[in-house]
Amino acid sequence: MSPAPAVQIMPPEKPVPMVSAPQQQPPLAPEPETPFKVEVQDLNVYFRANHAIRHVTLGVKPQTVLAVIGPSGCGKSTFIRALNRMHDLVPGARVEGRVFVDGEDLYARGIDPVLLRRRVGMVFQRPNPFPTMSIYENVAAGLTLNGIGGNHAEIVEHCLRQAALWDEVKDRLRHAGTSLSGGQQQRLCIARALAVEPEVLLMDEPASALDPIATAKIEELIHELKEKYTIVIVTHSMQQAARVSDNTAFFYLGELIEMGPTAQIFTNPRERRTEDYVTGKFG
Amino acid sequence: MSPASSGRPTASHTDKAFESDLRLVREKLLAMGAKVEEQIAKSMRSLTDRDSELGEQVKESDLEINRLEVDIDELCRKILALRQPAASDLRLITTALKIVTDLERIGDLAVNIAERAMDLNQAPPLAAYVDMPRLAELAQEQVKRALDSFVRADPDAAQEVLAGDDHLDDLFVKIFNELLAFMMEDSRNIRRATSLVSICKHLERIGDHAVNVAEMVIYMVRGTDVRHPRSRAVES
Repeated sequence: MSPAPAVQIMPPEKPVPMVSAPQQQPPLAPEPETPFKVEVQDLNVYFRANHAIRHVTLGVKPQTVLAVIGPSGCGKSTFIRALNRMHDLVPGARVEGRVFVDGEDLYARGIDPVLLRRRVGMVFQRPNPFPTMSIYENVAAGLTLNGIGGNHAEIVEHCLRQAALWDEVKDRLRHAGTSLSGGQQQRLCIARALAVEPEVLLMDEPASALDPIATAKIEELIHELKEKYTIVIVTHSMQQAARVSDNTAFFYLGELIEMGPTAQIFTNPRERRTEDYVTGKFG
Repeated sequence: MSPASSGRPTASHTDKAFESDLRLVREKLLAMGAKVEEQIAKSMRSLTDRDSELGEQVKESDLEINRLEVDIDELCRKILALRQPAASDLRLITTALKIVTDLERIGDLAVNIAERAMDLNQAPPLAAYVDMPRLAELAQEQVKRALDSFVRADPDAAQEVLAGDDHLDDLFVKIFNELLAFMMEDSRNIRRATSLVSICKHLERIGDHAVNVAEMVIYMVRGTDVRHPRSRAVES
């Protein structure tokens, strides 16, 4: 609302400026671009003849959260699974293109997928604590399996604290992981993923099986984890994407349709298909 | 920037109840806009035709406008709470929430004009009302064009409303100076001329509210906020 133009009844004479106009400031040198933590170049994933991910190129800055949204079957899970080579084990799956973490190509020869998954951790849709293990053993599992030394008890406590679970389980660390509630199990899985000190955390619908309170805890956790990790989260809930992420990528039929700052995607998307999806016009 | 949405619905929402809620917001806004336009016209006729009966009607009808404001606000709050609208839907709702306030204010200004007119109708007319009908026409046109730009989701038409405000302001200054001359001529004119100045000021303010509506229409369609360009230049 432009200020009501001061209607000048009897216009005063224009005052003579007392100072000369300020000199134009020289433009500041552009800030050097932060390199991407995760960079994807022309990624294609095939399941036999099915071309599931089509020419996706994007980058994720360090300590940011990227939310991946899109209708069922759009390839969002396939996409994040490609970020830690989960398709390696799927018969008939083929990945083309390049995925870099800190400039290192994950699909280059000589990269050990097991070591890679220590750097790029994953949390799945359904909490999947190891059923025969205690809470403590679940968190320590990655350390044991990877032969990582150090004070495991300390690491376990640290990770459970980071996953905002410590206070709830500190008195029953020897109980089965599966004895916890769904939301607690999911935080246990996050603690387990954190134990091997990943740099990137992939989350595939981490809250879809949880009630609103447990969901809020996971989301709060994502805000905290962002301080340290780079996070890519797949979610069905657009409100969740809006709440937790810095950037949002919209996938449709295996293609990246649009990616941008989350506020922009939800208030003013550039692409018609994004608009239709976020306003609920897909059907 | 090429926004995906023109602010106007194309594909329809999967959820039909949501679709119909959004339609209801638009319809109610239009009803309110039409009512407001009618109020301006009636209030001015109560002055030019010296018809105080009409002035009373304006005061009466304002209640309906107030009711529409409350209704639309409530509907928008409901949509925000229950639907969490995004993108063009979100822009429509935020636009609706803002422009109802402007429309309601325009309604109040029409009432103020009617009250002044009824007061003036008690005394003999002050010469001709100079260019006032023209000023009223301009103000009404601005409101109409702003509302049309909303209906058609047409940012270019809204832009014209922004540009049109200067004519209104210029004419206001001109009439003000004429009325000032009347007052200087004969001090017995002062009371009536002052009332007329108030009416002119109300019309000029109606124009400002039309500009507000038009600015929100541009936001609704393009997703860019065109308000206060100078303040923002300072900020950046």
